[in-house]
Amino acid sequence: MRHSLGSKLSVFYASLIYLFLYMPIAILILYSFNQSKLNAVWTGFTFDWYFKLMQNSDVLEAMKTSLIVALISTIAATMIGTLAAVGMYRYHFRGKTALDAMLYLPIVIPEIVMGISMLALFAQLKVPLGYMTLIAAHITFSVPFVVVVVRARLAGFDKSIEEAAMDLGATPWQTFVKVTIPVIAPGILAAAMLAFTLSLDDVIISFFVAGPASATLPLKIFSMVKFGVTPEINALSTLMLVVTLVIVIFAERLRMRKQ
Amino acid sequence: MVALFLLPLLLILGVSFFSRSTFGGIEMPLTLENYVRFIDPLYIKILWISCVLAFFTTAICLVLGYPFAYIIARSPASYRNILLLLIIVPFWTNSLIRTYAWIVLLRTEGVINTLLQQMGIISQPLSLLYNETAVLIGLVYTMLPFMILPLYASIEKLDRSLLEASSDLGAKPLQTFWKVTLPLTAPGIMAGSLLVFIPSLGLFFIPDLMGGSKTVLIGNLIKNQFLTARDWPFGSASSIILMALTLLFITAYILISKDKSGKELM
Repeated sequence: MRHSLGSKLSVFYASLIYLFLYMPIAILILYSFNQSKLNAVWTGFTFDWYFKLMQNSDVLEAMKTSLIVALISTIAATMIGTLAAVGMYRYHFRGKTALDAMLYLPIVIPEIVMGISMLALFAQLKVPLGYMTLIAAHITFSVPFVVVVVRARLAGFDKSIEEAAMDLGATPWQTFVKVTIPVIAPGILAAAMLAFTLSLDDVIISFFVAGPASATLPLKIFSMVKFGVTPEINALSTLMLVVTLVIVIFAERLRMRKQ
Repeated sequence: MVALFLLPLLLILGVSFFSRSTFGGIEMPLTLENYVRFIDPLYIKILWISCVLAFFTTAICLVLGYPFAYIIARSPASYRNILLLLIIVPFWTNSLIRTYAWIVLLRTEGVINTLLQQMGIISQPLSLLYNETAVLIGLVYTMLPFMILPLYASIEKLDRSLLEASSDLGAKPLQTFWKVTLPLTAPGIMAGSLLVFIPSLGLFFIPDLMGGSKTVLIGNLIKNQFLTARDWPFGSASSIILMALTLLFITAYILISKDKSGKELM
């Protein structure tokens, strides 16, 4: 008797938390299809806000910026991070522990400090804020995450297959490309997708290093929200949610497959 | 590669010792003035409020998250992954969008006010947005998954036979919780608290959007020094203070958790 009451309470409590987590997002999506300009009274179903969005050149421009930055920084961060992970897995060298700790620094220090310090660096180097600074910053904060994910994959790596390849006459480079890379490929792909979503969703660091002509989608949303709340932002947010979720769920499935 | 993020940090440290030039640049002489300036009741208060708000965010996340993580960890194994995935899904998405979702709910013409008015419960809209409670809601909402995941990890590892042993030895459920469950899941509590507390200090856009401009937190202060006031040395000093505070908490965490793993848990 007591047990069943307890489990009912558990289900109830868990449902409340899920409601807390999902209700705002659900409402946001729901009202992106509402005819009324106010996010309050439901007046009828429409796709208008999505069409309006597609005609908004500022938004399209921001979308293009976001995609270009995410694409380039993902490719660069994945390459750098993978090489770092493989290198740190394979070789032992002085200062490895220190390097290891340093690698996690961007994950633990407040994002705002990262953003500010990069802004200061670019200003000192007289690099104008724009695509270049945005991409450099995104590469910087993505690399540690790539390293973490690829390393997790490497942890189960059987070194003897690399040795076998070398014994059979493969050069170190051939071994790396034909043996190591294929084995850790799911990890690399998952890491790349993580980097892509991190880049696509970043607000704080981009806020400081983006130039006036290179606002990303989240920055565009930020400035739109400051001016007021319209269903267009709901539509834009819904699109971003969908894109992020599709990528992440795909990446998760890749990551899970190894288990 | 490490230089990529170490260099900017060192630069900030350097800038924090310069003076501000008339046009918002930096100039000699080197000075400690920026740090001395921070010891002003105004700035100390901002830092204090930021810490208090981050503390409440952490505490509320812990109180909400602990029972929840416990329920998930004790649910049938076949559901567990799905339940966990459902927690992570919202946090994969943009935190700005999640903040915006709350604005849609809370503002004067928002969903909650409209519903309450239509049902005749209130006649005047409640001012739910642009106060510290709203900021707190936004922070808790954004940070909750970061608390639940480490809690889940440590509760899931908990050996159930210890709980049975405790109750066999005559402990009441509350005693078992207090003396066995809680100490054994302390690493999860600490990790979660750290993961919530640190980012809460720096999320400037939540106070910006949900607190109006009334709530100035350390993150907003830093942002304004760089972008509005153009006082880089002081902004840098504030960043260094924030980072020092962060590293202090992380060091304390590492020391405590090392201590715990070695000795008998209290």
